[in-house]
Amino acid sequence: MSSQPHDARLVGHDSDTSGHGSMGGYVTGFILSVILTAIPFWLVMGNVLNDSRLTAIAVMGLAVVQIVVHMICFLHMNTKSEGGWTLLSLIFTLVILVIALSGSLWVMYHLNTNMMQMTPGDAMNMP
Amino acid sequence: MTTKTDLTAPGTVPVFFVEEEHGHAEGSTMLGFWIYLMSDCLIFAVLFATYAVLGHSYAAGPSGKDLFELPTVAINTSMLLLSSITYGFAMLAMDKERQGQMLFWLVITGLFGLAFVGLELTEFASLIREGATPQRSAFLSSFFTLVGTHGLHVSVGIIWLVTLMVQVMKHGLIPENRRRLLCLSMFWHFLDVIWIGVFSFVYLMGVLV
Repeated sequence: MSSQPHDARLVGHDSDTSGHGSMGGYVTGFILSVILTAIPFWLVMGNVLNDSRLTAIAVMGLAVVQIVVHMICFLHMNTKSEGGWTLLSLIFTLVILVIALSGSLWVMYHLNTNMMQMTPGDAMNMP
Repeated sequence: MTTKTDLTAPGTVPVFFVEEEHGHAEGSTMLGFWIYLMSDCLIFAVLFATYAVLGHSYAAGPSGKDLFELPTVAINTSMLLLSSITYGFAMLAMDKERQGQMLFWLVITGLFGLAFVGLELTEFASLIREGATPQRSAFLSSFFTLVGTHGLHVSVGIIWLVTLMVQVMKHGLIPENRRRLLCLSMFWHFLDVIWIGVFSFVYLMGVLV
């Protein structure tokens, strides 16, 4: 197949695929991902920071950075692809995601703390 | 064929307008697939939210600290990360019209994917053997749902990968196969993005707290 001369469709498509990444992009993304994966595992497994809250913040921060690296290097996100529609749908998804996550945690946290303490006996005699 | 040549005057080249429309459809396929991925992202967001709410409801059962083995998770993570870059190499080979090289990288990607799913199933099996079944506590229900859904996605991705490899071997690198491979590329890298959330939020934070 590859030895055959290309028809117009293939050549036309080839010019489109220039946005599908380069060797340098993939290798950069991979090296950054390895570093950004190794650091949180090292922090948790080695108990380096000696403070679980600080470690948790660091782990989540590094995860966000690594997600951004993947989006740019592997998924080739940029402001121009598909006329900006991919970025717009991503931002929309992120808004819904933040509302769903923070809303669930907020509501359920208050539901838990405002729940009346009761013994199994109380629960059986509930109206 | 003879009737067609009769319709055009000898020497003139027939003009087709279908080609351009096809190119347009290909462009919108990628956007449509991206929107599907975003809706898939919302499924995972809801499952993450469920896990965030129920993750500490142990029902006097085992917690993440008792159950999770981080070395296994680290190997799992590296399997998925390696499969991501090998898929990238396959796409680069596709751009250079090297079909054999591309198929080689796709096989490697599939093997890394299989290793990931295999390790995850082994982990699930050992959890269930220890009595940490999904029925044990709300924490374990949400854990198995979230991680299981991701594992299911990877398994479907592997089936898709094998299907496309057969397609490429049968029909070569035709535009339709390129489009499918690019869609799978997005799907595969997207699953790696979700896994970053899983290993950070579920495993590392689970061991921490």
